[in-house]
Amino acid sequence: METKFEIEKLNLYYGTFQALKEIDMSIYGNKITALIGPSGCGKSTFLRTLNRMNDLIQGVKIEGMIKFDREDIYGKDYDIIELRKKVGMVFQKPNPFPKTIYENIVYGPKIHGEKDKSTLDHIVEQTLKEVALWEEVKDRLHKPALGLSGGQQQRLCIARCLAVEPEVILMDEPTSALDPVATSKIEGLLEELAEKYTIVIVTHNMQQAGRVSDYTSFFLNGKVIETDKTEVIFSNPANKKTEDYITGRFG
Amino acid sequence: MAARPQMDHEMSIITNDLLEMTGLVEEAIRLAIKSLTEKDSELARNIINNDEEIDDLEDSIKDKCLKFLATQQPLAGDLRYMISIMQMVRDLERIGDHCEDIAKYTLRFENEEYMKQLIDIPRMAEMAAKMVKNAIDAFVNRDLRLARKVWKADEEVDELFRNIYDELMGMVDQDASRANQSVMFLFIAAHLERIADYATNICEETVFTMEGNYEME
Ligand SMILES: Nc1ncnc2c1ncn2[C@@H]1O[C@H](COP(=O)(O)OP(=O)(O)OP(=O)(O)O)[C@@H](O)[C@H]1O
Ligand SMILES: [Mg+2]
Repeated sequence: METKFEIEKLNLYYGTFQALKEIDMSIYGNKITALIGPSGCGKSTFLRTLNRMNDLIQGVKIEGMIKFDREDIYGKDYDIIELRKKVGMVFQKPNPFPKTIYENIVYGPKIHGEKDKSTLDHIVEQTLKEVALWEEVKDRLHKPALGLSGGQQQRLCIARCLAVEPEVILMDEPTSALDPVATSKIEGLLEELAEKYTIVIVTHNMQQAGRVSDYTSFFLNGKVIETDKTEVIFSNPANKKTEDYITGRFG
Repeated sequence: MAARPQMDHEMSIITNDLLEMTGLVEEAIRLAIKSLTEKDSELARNIINNDEEIDDLEDSIKDKCLKFLATQQPLAGDLRYMISIMQMVRDLERIGDHCEDIAKYTLRFENEEYMKQLIDIPRMAEMAAKMVKNAIDAFVNRDLRLARKVWKADEEVDELFRNIYDELMGMVDQDASRANQSVMFLFIAAHLERIADYATNICEETVFTMEGNYEME
């Protein structure tokens, strides 16, 4: 099994507040890793360290090491633009740009220099098919993306993320604003996407983590308490704190 | 700790049903042997008829477990607890069937004098009934030590079974006309031996619920 990210002794501070503490973790390629834990435990913060999104926040200090494909992403010469291209992100609330469906998808490829119309057309069709949205929107590609339903918007955001051909997709509670039908469409999609991509997903829904992920990591107060195969975490976790959290005894 | 009132409430209802079923099964073991030793045909018929009640309880508990799984979606220890209960009510139901079978032997002996006084079979029945009760108590009280102790006690039942076997076979050797009753008593002892085995299954479920494995020693 290929290790995509190797995280060692990761500490993160917002000013004087330490949000991540001594995190050691491996994230495996073409697997789905779920991050669970109570609100404020550092899941989103951790996710953002994987594509250096925290760099944009004032006063953040990071220690330790994160290797992506064996290269230290916090190393001096590391190309952040390239990192963000390879490690895409999907957020909790679908956030399409206030543009057409088509333009939402070609936005990334254009920034990265793609100009050829037929290539862009191909990317649009390809990625919309990958997220099972093509049939639903192929006749309205040049209509505003904001006219789509929430579930469709979220799939569009995933398509937009895929358009720049990432290797990893980070998802921060991607279905928490969606109904069960839209949620199960995205969940079904995840399984297919994992054949090509590595996925890290934050979720508050234990059943969702159980359904979709291969590995689950339990965070508490900025620390990783336990990481294991998902089936182990949800049937027989090693740590009492994990058990108490997933059975709803605290948090 | 955040409370889980709904979940805990439903789990306690199911646990109470389990205790009720255990009570019925434990009584069935004792009464089946009583019908046998006292040659009480009416009691035997009651046991045979009442087995349905045990079967119904099994169905109703399983149904509650199913609904609990569907609506509460328990995980980890809670999930193992529910899976164990579903397994244990099956075991209890099977014990009920063995009691029914023993009661049927009482009826077969209706017009016959016993060739000997029954001593070891009632002893074995008493041991098996206690094992069943203690096995369930250990589960409900999450008492690992008791579960392992009951599991161990099965060896004594097996030992008693071997003694009964030797004794009955010895009697047949001396007088072949005793073969018919000997075989029937042996079958009854075998039913009791099975009942004790089911009690050990229940002990294994307790270890599974609490530890997530089946390591009994
Ligand atoms: N920009 C920031 N500045 C200061 N503190 C922050 C900042 N972002 C997050 N924090 C703090 O860091 C801690 C971890 O926050 P984070 O958003 O990573 O939690 P989370 O596990 O994603 O929670 P939730 O499940 O509610 O999304 C929290 O105590 C939070 O208040
Ligand atoms: Mg978050």
